Amino acid sequence: MYSPAIIAEAVVNGMLTGAVYALVALGLTLIYGVLHIINFAHGALLTCAMFAVWGLGALGVGPYVAIVPLVPGFFALGYALQRFVIGPASRGRDGNVLLVTLGLAIAIQNGLLVLFHADTRSLDAGDAFEVVAVGPMLLSQPRLIGFAVAVAVAVLLWALLALTDTGRAIRAVAREDLGARLVGIDVRHVFAVTFGLGCACLAVAAGLLMPSYYVNPRVGEAFVLIAFTIVVLGGMGSVPGAAIGGLAVGVVESLSGLFLGDSLGQIGVFLIFILVLLLRPAGLFGARA
Amino acid sequence: MRGWPILAVLAALAAVPAVTSDNIALNFMVGALIVALAAQGWNLLGGFGGQLSFGHAAFYGTGAYVTALLQQHGVNAWAGAALGVAAGALVGAVIGFLSFRAGLRGSYFALVTLAFAEVLRILANAAPFTGGAAGLLVRLDVRAANFQFASRVTFFYVALGCVAAALLLTWSIGRSRFGAQLAAVRENEEAARALGIDAFATKLRAITLSAAITAAAGVLYVQYYLYIDAGLAYGTGVSVAALLAPVIGGVGTVLGPVVGAVALEGLGHLTRLVAGPVPGVDQVLFGLMLVAAIAFVPGGLVGRRA
Repeated sequence: MYSPAIIAEAVVNGMLTGAVYALVALGLTLIYGVLHIINFAHGALLTCAMFAVWGLGALGVGPYVAIVPLVPGFFALGYALQRFVIGPASRGRDGNVLLVTLGLAIAIQNGLLVLFHADTRSLDAGDAFEVVAVGPMLLSQPRLIGFAVAVAVAVLLWALLALTDTGRAIRAVAREDLGARLVGIDVRHVFAVTFGLGCACLAVAAGLLMPSYYVNPRVGEAFVLIAFTIVVLGGMGSVPGAAIGGLAVGVVESLSGLFLGDSLGQIGVFLIFILVLLLRPAGLFGARA
Repeated sequence: MRGWPILAVLAALAAVPAVTSDNIALNFMVGALIVALAAQGWNLLGGFGGQLSFGHAAFYGTGAYVTALLQQHGVNAWAGAALGVAAGALVGAVIGFLSFRAGLRGSYFALVTLAFAEVLRILANAAPFTGGAAGLLVRLDVRAANFQFASRVTFFYVALGCVAAALLLTWSIGRSRFGAQLAAVRENEEAARALGIDAFATKLRAITLSAAITAAAGVLYVQYYLYIDAGLAYGTGVSVAALLAPVIGGVGTVLGPVVGAVALEGLGHLTRLVAGPVPGVDQVLFGLMLVAAIAFVPGGLVGRRA
C-alpha cells in the first residue's frame, strides 16, 4: 500500500493533467451541445495542433507563445471544415456525420504519418522538469501553468457564451435551431463558429501539453478517447460537466496508473466510460435524454 | 435481390487461381477475402440493422486469439477455429446485451463498441497468457488436419468458401422474416415496436451473427499468417477496415462488403506500388474516400441510387 502523501500527490497531479483534458473535452462538448454531432476528428486535430506547436518550437517559438497564432489559425480551420466539408457532405444525417468525421480523422492522422513518420518527438523546453514545491508536494511547473491557463480559457469561453451576442446566438441554436433560423440567425454560420471554437480549444490544449508531453501521429487517439469519456461523464453538451469530468478522469487515470502500472493503467478510463454509457448515458450532469 | 450477380462475383473470384499462380496476387486476394469477411459481419449489423459499430475488432480479435491460444494448449486447429468463432459470437452477444439493454443507439453505440474493443486490446497487450506485446505464434506444422496448407491456392479456396457462406447467409436473411424485422428496427425502432417486433431480441440476434462472421475472419487471419498481436487483433484499424468496405461498396447490400473490400485493398495495393513504402499513404486515401463516398455516392458502389 502506498503512503497517503504519494496518493495525495497522484491525486493533485491527476487534477493538473485533468484540467488540460477538460480543455480538449470542452471543445468536444461544445460541438456536441450545439451541432448534436460527435466529432471523431477531434483527436486528429489535436495531434495536428501539437505538431504545429512542435514545428513552431523548432523555429524558436516557445509553446506558450505559439498558442497566440495557433488559436485564430485553428478557429479558421475548424470553421472551414464544418462549413465546407462536414456540413455539406453529411446532409444532416447523424450516421453520416460519424462516418465523415471518422474519415477526416483517418486522413489527417495518416497524413501526419506520411509527413513526419512514426517517430515520437518532444520539445526541448527549458522548464519541462522544473518543479514547484507546494506544501509537502513537488508539482511539475508546466502542469501548473497548464492548469491555470485551462481554467482561464474555460472562464473566457463561459463569458463568451453568456455575455456576447455571438454567445447568445450559439445558445439559441443549441436550444432550437429552427426557432433560431426564424429570428434571423444564420444557423450554418453559427454551426461553423462553434466548430471553430472547439478547434481553438485544441490549439490552447496543444500549447499546454507540449512542454511536458510528446507528439507522434497517433497521440491524438489516446486523448480523444479520454475526451469522449469526459464528455459522456459530464453529460454531452454540458460545459461545467466537461470541466468536472476532466478533473475526475485525470485523477482516475493517475490513480489507476499508480495501482495497476503503466500498460494496464489505461484501462481504468475505459471502464468508467463503458460503465457511464451503460448505466447513465445522459452523464452525471446532463439532462435525461 | 436476384441471385445471379452474387453467383457471377463468386465465379469471377473462384477463377482467380486459374488466371494467375503469382504468389503476390494470391496473397493479395487472400488478404482482400479476409477483409471482405470481416466487413460482411459488420454489414449485417451496421447495414441491415442500422447499428453503426466502431469496434468490430473486438470480435475479430477474439476469434484470432482464441484459435491461437487453444492450439498452444494442444487443441486441434479446426476445433480451435470453431471455438474461436463461438467465442467471438459470445463477445458479440455480451456487448449487444449490455448496450442494447441500456438503450444505446447511434453515436452512443459507436462509442461504446469502440471502448469495448480498446479494453480488449489493452488486456491482450498486458495479460501474460496472450504473450503480451510480443504476440502469439501458431506452431508451423503444415497439414490439412492443422488448418495449414502447403499451397496458397487451397487457403484461397477455404477463404472464398467462408465468404460464399456469409454471402448466402446475408442473402437469405435479406429475404427472411428476421431480415424484414431488422429493416423495420433500422428505419424506425418505435414504429417497429408498435408493430409488435421485439427490437431488443432482433438487434441481439443481429450482433451475435455479425460477431460470429467477423470472428471467422480473425480465425482465417491467424491461420494464414500464423501470428497475432494485440494491435493486429483488436486495433482500431481492424474496426475501420470492417466498416469502410461496406460503406464504399454499398451499406446494407449483399455484395457491397465484398466489392468494397476488393476495391479498397486493390486501391491500397496500387497506392503502395506508386508511392513506394511510405507508411500511411493508402490510409490517407481511404479516409478521403470515406468522406467522398458519403458526400457523392451515398448508396455505395453497388447500392441503389437515392
